[in-house]
Amino acid sequence: MRKWYHRKRQPPVHVLENCSFAIDPGKLTVLMGMSGCGKSTLAYLLAGYISPDQGTLTIDGAPITGPGPDRITVFQETALWPWMTVMDNVTFGPMALKSLPEAQARSKAEALLIKFGLIDFRDKYPGQLSGGMKRRAELAQALINSPRIMILDEPFRGLDVMTRELMQEYYMGLFEETRLTTLFITSELEEAIFLADRLLVMGGTPSRVVKTVEVDLPHPRTFEVLTGERYLEIKKELMEELYRDEAVAAVVVQ
Amino acid sequence: METVLRLMQNRRFWSMCAGFLGFFAVWYGSVKWVPLAPFGRLPDPVKVISEWLNPNPVFGISIFVKTYYYHILYSTYRATTAFFLALALGVPLGILMGWSRKFSDFASALLALLRPVPPLAWVPLAILILRGGEAAVIFVCFLVAFFATVLNTHAGVKSIDPDYFRAAACLGASRKDVLFDVIIPGALPNIFTGLQIAMGAAWFALAAGEMIAAQYGLGFLIMEAYNLVQTPTIVIGMATLGILGYISSAIIRLVGNRLMRWREEVIGVKS
Repeated sequence: MRKWYHRKRQPPVHVLENCSFAIDPGKLTVLMGMSGCGKSTLAYLLAGYISPDQGTLTIDGAPITGPGPDRITVFQETALWPWMTVMDNVTFGPMALKSLPEAQARSKAEALLIKFGLIDFRDKYPGQLSGGMKRRAELAQALINSPRIMILDEPFRGLDVMTRELMQEYYMGLFEETRLTTLFITSELEEAIFLADRLLVMGGTPSRVVKTVEVDLPHPRTFEVLTGERYLEIKKELMEELYRDEAVAAVVVQ
Repeated sequence: METVLRLMQNRRFWSMCAGFLGFFAVWYGSVKWVPLAPFGRLPDPVKVISEWLNPNPVFGISIFVKTYYYHILYSTYRATTAFFLALALGVPLGILMGWSRKFSDFASALLALLRPVPPLAWVPLAILILRGGEAAVIFVCFLVAFFATVLNTHAGVKSIDPDYFRAAACLGASRKDVLFDVIIPGALPNIFTGLQIAMGAAWFALAAGEMIAAQYGLGFLIMEAYNLVQTPTIVIGMATLGILGYISSAIIRLVGNRLMRWREEVIGVKS
């Protein structure tokens, strides 16, 4: 499977130029960059809400023309519908697509909710959940559709540090289990290295993928890798790349 | 018995009572002791209440008189008919305006121009077109309630977070799913705000309409009592309108809370 982006021109803001990369099946690809560099634009492009001005995006050679349930996007802000219970939120996808009969959708949702530790909250409304629980409910809402690709746009943003780390570890376990092709977008370096099989760094204005790093940290991955030598090597390499941009900017400012 | 006991222990209940008592005291005092002619023409609260509860009312209207209930029934019938017409036409129109950009372009300019026309300015035209008071009064009430409903429903649809639409599209929702699972529930809080305003506006227009063009109803009662200088009856009519308005808006609030349990429970957790 290959996906390609080339050039996204969006007058008057030129977001992406000559931006091209591939996501491999069964891998967790992390897209990293500073805020405002066009990461979310990429997520919207992939989800199919907007289309590129030049170039194409393809899944297995077929171009993306609009939103579709083969790709599920989880956005920065929580998008659980506050007027539906957790159960109704999770079963929304299969019910809308009529891909599963209701009873089956419910039992599948229940299995997911058990896995996500939310089964006792199935009849609660999102407003009654904590931030981390909402994020898990969203993951369940996405996963129930058995998408071919998951796109996570800074899914843990806005969570406190501890919840965030818990969610990362949790998510890692989930990914190792499902091996669902994933594009994970983040602006946090540690999170990026911890999760990634392949790390794409975005930079420049208009931005493009400036660096690709294959992260060869061992699986199953726990937080122990964050103290390993290989992790520090990768981090150093990436920081050099990121701060080179910064240094240039600083000179310009002066 | 238990509810009464609980009420007795409730601070808010006593505050409310104190508010009423204060109001009546000021009313009584200004009529009885302020040596100004305008206050002298007011009936004092004791006079009003004793007339209201009098089996043989001096001016013909009390809770023991059949005619009183005719007035209430007529007014309630007109206000609720107008309200339900506004609900049946206003909510779908507001949703349609929020759902379809094109439709909104057609309708919003027209609404923006028609809405500022004061309701009473419609009365003469309504009487001419509808040939008579009854339909004209209902029409005028309907009109004000309708504008409140449409505009609030439309605002409600507009206020729905675009993320909710995106998420629905992402999960493969059809336009129909979006309508029933995103637009309607998402707009519901505003719709109910609109309905509360609509009900209030309907009563407001009703009293005015009945004063001009009706043979029954509380507005008519007030106007007739005015012509005959029966001041206690005027106040009875006003107070009855207040009570009916309060009851109707309480019913709407109750239905709204029932339909929006998700909201209540969220608030319940936070407070």
